[in-house]
Amino acid sequence: MTNATLVVDDSAGSGRTVRLAGSLTVSAIGDITTAIGDLHPDGKPLVIDVAGVDRFDTIGAWLVYKLERDWAAAGQPVRLDGIKPDGQRLIDEVKANDAPVDLRPARGSRLARQLATVGGAVIGAVETLGAFLGFLGMTLVALFQSLFERRPLRWNAIVHQLEIVGVNALGIVGLLSFLVGMVLAQQGEVQLKQFGADVFVVNLIGRATFRELGVLLTAIMVAGRSGSAFAAQIGSMKLAQEIDAMSSIGMSPTEVLVLPRVIAMAVMMTALGFYGSLLAVLGGGLFCWISLDIPPVSFIERLRDVVPLSDLVIGTVKAPVFGVIIAVTGCFQGMQVTGNAESVGLRTTAAVVQSIFLVIVVDALFAVFFSALGFV
Amino acid sequence: MSDDIVIRVTGLENRFGEQQVHKDINLEVRAGEILGVVGGSGTGKSVLMRSILGLQTPTAGTIEVFGENVAALDEARSKDLRRRWGVLFQDGALFSSLTVAENIEVPMREFYALPQLLMDEVAGYKIAMVGLPPLAGPKLPSELSGGMRKRAGLARALALDPALLFLDEPTAGLDPIGAAAFDTLIKTLRDTMRFTVFLITHDLDTLHAICDRVAVIADGVILKIGTIPELMAFDHPWVQEYFQGPRGRAAMASDNRVEA
Repeated sequence: MTNATLVVDDSAGSGRTVRLAGSLTVSAIGDITTAIGDLHPDGKPLVIDVAGVDRFDTIGAWLVYKLERDWAAAGQPVRLDGIKPDGQRLIDEVKANDAPVDLRPARGSRLARQLATVGGAVIGAVETLGAFLGFLGMTLVALFQSLFERRPLRWNAIVHQLEIVGVNALGIVGLLSFLVGMVLAQQGEVQLKQFGADVFVVNLIGRATFRELGVLLTAIMVAGRSGSAFAAQIGSMKLAQEIDAMSSIGMSPTEVLVLPRVIAMAVMMTALGFYGSLLAVLGGGLFCWISLDIPPVSFIERLRDVVPLSDLVIGTVKAPVFGVIIAVTGCFQGMQVTGNAESVGLRTTAAVVQSIFLVIVVDALFAVFFSALGFV
Repeated sequence: MSDDIVIRVTGLENRFGEQQVHKDINLEVRAGEILGVVGGSGTGKSVLMRSILGLQTPTAGTIEVFGENVAALDEARSKDLRRRWGVLFQDGALFSSLTVAENIEVPMREFYALPQLLMDEVAGYKIAMVGLPPLAGPKLPSELSGGMRKRAGLARALALDPALLFLDEPTAGLDPIGAAAFDTLIKTLRDTMRFTVFLITHDLDTLHAICDRVAVIADGVILKIGTIPELMAFDHPWVQEYFQGPRGRAAMASDNRVEA
């Protein structure tokens, strides 16, 4: 295979000759595409000489055909010399398929596009909000139907989700909480030591973890771990028409897929939140023992003195709410998947970002609420 | 390159754990022919194609495409080889986040530095060539019907004017009219562009209408390879059942009608 070459010969007074040689194939044509693109009808007759061409493919045929077409369209004489049957066949083929074809979506003016983007985003946001409320309503309806109309809950699915969401997360949630507890104790000690108050590290660890950090950190980890999994699972099922199959059999996807996940998440977030707080205190206590010489017995005694029971209750009340938020957001985003695999990725990301955002907002509301009630 | 043989499979064996899919596959595909591969479900037709394409490492045996041993190629040569074949997967396997036109331009963009205008023109006539409507270019695969996805997949497979085309059940899931049109399209394109076709199918009409030779795969070996009359004369229960069963006879009848 030889690279294609192009020679423009204007020596004959009557017109111009374009001599093509070599292989006019996609792999060999790179050198002449620009030169051939620069040829435009200029009032002179054209002869295209392809006697030196040893191979054609459709791209080569297209380039030759386009020269012919452009000259003919300009009403100027054009002749093709030295074409072999193989080449002519391909030229005829591309000629037969030269039709106006849309390749890109139509693009309006820049202002119109930007307005369309803004408008689309607003409409999208409002529609998502509406759909989310609808989804939340459907989930609650399904929940109350199961509770009060004595429709059987899907215990197998719930237990399965309990394991995936809760038991399998014990390792990572425990480890991270433990480490955060240690870091909190260490940083607290550095600061409090300046005032000679390093024994108050116990207050810091105890109150911060049971009331806020333990549950919040757990929620963030669970959102990243299980919220994303919910969105991806349900999204893939939606793409594979499994959700449609379920509905057509007469099973409600909300009842089969969403409810078990929401219930399992509410239960397990409560347990995991408590467990995370406990491990954080353990980590902090270990640091106190090693670094501050506070023995475990004194640490626990002081913990009992300074941490009111209300802290534990507040933490435990918040946990299932966070769990429901994460599960509903994850399942909702999964159900919003349409079309293609890219949409699964986008929705999974959205599920994690939105559930963490919502968890933190709701946590702030809880903080204001409980402070107003006098739990300080 | 050994002149006339495009694909040569020798002693191919494929095993997944305990399950032996291929025992000893020997197959030669001649230049310019349309070879149909048939066999019951689970006999390893797709595994054979995946082995030839290098998507699946065989347990034993050699595969030569254009005279080159697929398994022994270095990366650059294996890329060269990939420019010379085109593959149409069962449901098109279009890249779902790209439009049809962008899908067709992917191979050109990947391998060659062609001007955007030229790539657009090429995509344009390929779209027309495979019989897609002019408005299909800017659409996403998810907006197309199954038949249109296959045509778009074919356009992408043909983007670089391959010398060898792999088709995995091209007519599965198409209505009879669409399937017949697709058969005609493949045959016409083969006649103009002169490529070789390796075709996996269950469609008896396709076999009768466009295949030059048919290979029957069963029990991990190629039972028989030949023209349809040769296969019908071949005394094997599965082959007889396949070609002489009610569907086989109907396909043959319609084939005769066309020729008459």
